[in-house]
Amino acid sequence: MITGTPKPIDEVLEMLEPYDNIILAGCHGCVTVCRVGGEKEVQVLASTLRLAREASGKKIEIREVSLERQCDPEYVEQMRPYVEDYQAVLSIACGAGIQFLAEKITTTPLLPGINTGFLGVTERQGEWTERCQGCGDCVLHLTGGICPVTRCAKSLFHGPCGGSVRGICEVDKEIKCGWQLIIDRLVALDQMENYGKLKPYKGWNSARDGGPRRIIREDMI
Amino acid sequence: MLPCTGRIDEALLLKAFENGADGVMVVGCLEGDCHYISGNIRARARVKRVYAILEQIKIGPNRIRMYNLSAGEGSKFAAYANEFVDQIVELGPSPINLARGGGVQAAKEEETT
Repeated sequence: MITGTPKPIDEVLEMLEPYDNIILAGCHGCVTVCRVGGEKEVQVLASTLRLAREASGKKIEIREVSLERQCDPEYVEQMRPYVEDYQAVLSIACGAGIQFLAEKITTTPLLPGINTGFLGVTERQGEWTERCQGCGDCVLHLTGGICPVTRCAKSLFHGPCGGSVRGICEVDKEIKCGWQLIIDRLVALDQMENYGKLKPYKGWNSARDGGPRRIIREDMI
Repeated sequence: MLPCTGRIDEALLLKAFENGADGVMVVGCLEGDCHYISGNIRARARVKRVYAILEQIKIGPNRIRMYNLSAGEGSKFAAYANEFVDQIVELGPSPINLARGGGVQAAKEEETT
């Protein structure tokens, strides 16, 4: 899922300073699962903002909405009939959702209520870790299901660097060496021959380095 | 009145302040004695989060507190309720009620007149 963290409330209040009636828009997708931008978070943030603003003597009216997804046009369109009645939209969807709203609703300012994180997994309630950087050329079949692009801090492709000590990355003592994890898994799976199948070099043209990416599925158009 | 504090969520607690409460006292069963296994533990975590929110927005974190007691401890409930009311009276009206021109003080004045 796409993860995120709430923006500090003071930062949100500063963004909202010029406005006195807004829409607070949540999303039922990833941000609901990671408890940062779903229906419940809309209710909590709306109450928090109303209380903070009223206590400061400048009340704010907030319309609370939660779209099925903010990254799909049919759901974004649901806001169109009433969006112009408000001065701004504060979205607590991921960065993709917020931008998509901004593209489709051009007459109203869009404000971000969360900081979008990464493509990750839930370790336990309240803890998420990164797994995928969307490089566009998956090699997990060769690396025991552990991604060298994401799990190695340097995105190395041919084994650990000299900074790995006893399976721990030199970047942070909390981070396990991605390549140690890969080798251990390949040994456990008796698939060490896969280590030699990695490409001599990785082409990054399918990754972010080639600028904003696009997927076109001719079979679906 | 809720059948279990596990039903309480942050939005509900904040709504009480929006509706004019100067303080919110959450009373749950004794920890380890929840009929629904962990309702009161969940409530404690949610109260803690609202405590942090109230601190951030300067409403005052001490305006919310959770107590745990059994349904048979009537006198203890009364003592806790009195303790919490004293705490809120000492804090005075919440900034929301001050902005609205009311709160505990106004209610007390109304009572005496």
